[in-house]
Amino acid sequence: MILTIARKELRTLFNSPLAWFILSAVTLCLGFSFLQRLDDYLQMQAKLLQLANPPGVTELVAAPTVALAAAVFLFAVPLLAMRMLAEERRQQTLTLLLSAPVSITEIVLGKFCGLMMMLLFIVAIVISMPIMIMGTTPLDWGLLASMATALILLGAGFAAISLYASSLTRQPIVAALLGFGMILIMLLAGETLGDNLDQYGWPYLAALVQVFSPLLNFEPLGKGLIDSYAISCGLLLMTLFLILTIRELDRQRLRG
Amino acid sequence: MTESIPHTTTPTLHAQGVSRRYGQHWAVHSLDLALYPGEIVGLLGPNGAGKSSILQMLSGNLAPTTGSVHIHGYSLIDQAQLAKTHLGYLPQTPPLYPELSALDYLRFVAKLHRIPRTHQAAAVSSVIERCGLANVQKRLIAHLSKGYQQRLGIAQAIIHDPQVIILDEPTVGLDPNQIVEIRALIMTLGKDRSVLLSSHILPDIEALCQRAYIMHLGRLVFSGQLPEKNSSSTANSLGQLFADLTQTSEDKATLQTTTEAHQ
Repeated sequence: MILTIARKELRTLFNSPLAWFILSAVTLCLGFSFLQRLDDYLQMQAKLLQLANPPGVTELVAAPTVALAAAVFLFAVPLLAMRMLAEERRQQTLTLLLSAPVSITEIVLGKFCGLMMMLLFIVAIVISMPIMIMGTTPLDWGLLASMATALILLGAGFAAISLYASSLTRQPIVAALLGFGMILIMLLAGETLGDNLDQYGWPYLAALVQVFSPLLNFEPLGKGLIDSYAISCGLLLMTLFLILTIRELDRQRLRG
Repeated sequence: MTESIPHTTTPTLHAQGVSRRYGQHWAVHSLDLALYPGEIVGLLGPNGAGKSSILQMLSGNLAPTTGSVHIHGYSLIDQAQLAKTHLGYLPQTPPLYPELSALDYLRFVAKLHRIPRTHQAAAVSSVIERCGLANVQKRLIAHLSKGYQQRLGIAQAIIHDPQVIILDEPTVGLDPNQIVEIRALIMTLGKDRSVLLSSHILPDIEALCQRAYIMHLGRLVFSGQLPEKNSSSTANSLGQLFADLTQTSEDKATLQTTTEAHQ
C-alpha cells in the first residue's frame, strides 16, 4: 500500500513541470561545478604530485560536488514536497485516502517514499558524474558510497521536515517556505547552539541538540567517516518529523 | 414522525448517538441512522444543517465527538481498515487528481481499495463501462468536463463493489440525459447494496429513495417512509414536508413577503 501511494506520488511529480525543472536545474548547476572542479584539478595535478600523500580526485572533485548537492537539497526538497499534503487538502482529495482502507501512517510513509525515490534519482545523477571519469583515473569507491549515503540521509531529514510543513497548511507555496525556513533555522541554530552548550559544559544537551543539526550529521559521512552517532541523529530527525506529520493529520481528522 | 418498516436483517451502516462539536457549537447532535441492504435512503437538509459533517463522520474523514459508527458490523474507530473496505464515498467535491489520466486514477483507486491484483483490471474496465467513461479514459482528469468528472467520482466510489455507498450530491453538474443514466446506475446499486444519497434535488430523492432522513440545525427532524409521490392534492409533497420541517417561522414570513413583492 505504501508502495502504491509512493508510485502515485512519483507519477504526479513527473507529470508536473516542477520536477523536470528541478532535475534539469540540478543537473546543470552540479554538472557545471563538477567540470570546473575537474579543470582545477587538472591544473593542480603537477603540484599535487610533489606531495607525499596527495588527496585523490574523489576528495578534490567529487566531494565539493556532493557538498553543493546538499546545498541544492535545501531548496529542492521543500519545493518537491510542498504539494504532497497541502494540495491534497486544498483540492479535497485527502478524502479519497481517508475513506479508503489505508491508515494515516501508510499515507504519510507512502508520500515520504515517493519523495525519497525522487531524491534517490537526484543522488544517482550526482554520483554518476565522478563515475563517468572512472576509466581515466582510480576512484575511492568507499568514499563515494559514503558520500552518497550522507546525501540520502540528509535528503531524508529534509524530506520529513518538508512533509511536516506541507501538512500544516493548504497553500503549497506557504508549505515550501515553511519547510525551507525550518531547515534553515536548524542548519544555522543547530550547530551554534550545540557549540555553545558544549562550551557552557553541557555536553549531553549539546549531543541531544545534534539531532536537530542536519549538517553536523552530514559532515562525517561526507568525509568518508562512519560516525554511528551522527547517522543515528539523522535517522532520529527523520523519524521524529514523520511522526509529527502523522500526528498532525490525525489531529486534523479529530478536529475537523 | 413516521416509523420505518421493521427490518429483520442487521444494518450495513449503523450510526448510534453520533455528535460533533466545533468549539461551543454542536454541528450534529446525537444522531441515529441505520441503512439496510437493498435500500436507497435520502439525506436531506438545508445548508448548514450538519449534512456534510455527518457524511464526513460516516466516511471516516472526521472523528465524532461522541457516538459510534459501524459499517458491515465493523467499528469505524476500532476496526477502521475493515470497515472502510466495505465503504464507497463520493464527497461533494469529487476527490480527483487533475494531473492523472482517468484510467491511471481508477487503477490507483483499485489498488488503494485493496482489490486483489488479479481482479484489478476487471474491476477497472467494468466500472469504466458502467459509468460511461470509455471515451475519455485516456484523457487527463484536468481536461474532463464537469459531468465526466462527476461520473469518475461515482466510479471511484463503486469500483470495489462496497456494501455501503455514500453519495453526496451525485447529480450536480450533469445534463438531463446524464442525470437519467446516473439515476439508473444508483437504482441498480440499490438493489443489493445500501446507498445513502444526500441531495438538494428533491426530484432525485423522490425518484430513487423509499426512505429519507431530514436534518435541521444538527438534529434529525424526520425519519421514515417518503410521502406518496402522486398523492394529487399537493403537487410536491416532499417539498412541502421539507419546507414545513426546516423553515423557521421567520423564514416563511420573509418568503411570503418576497413572493408578494414579486406579484
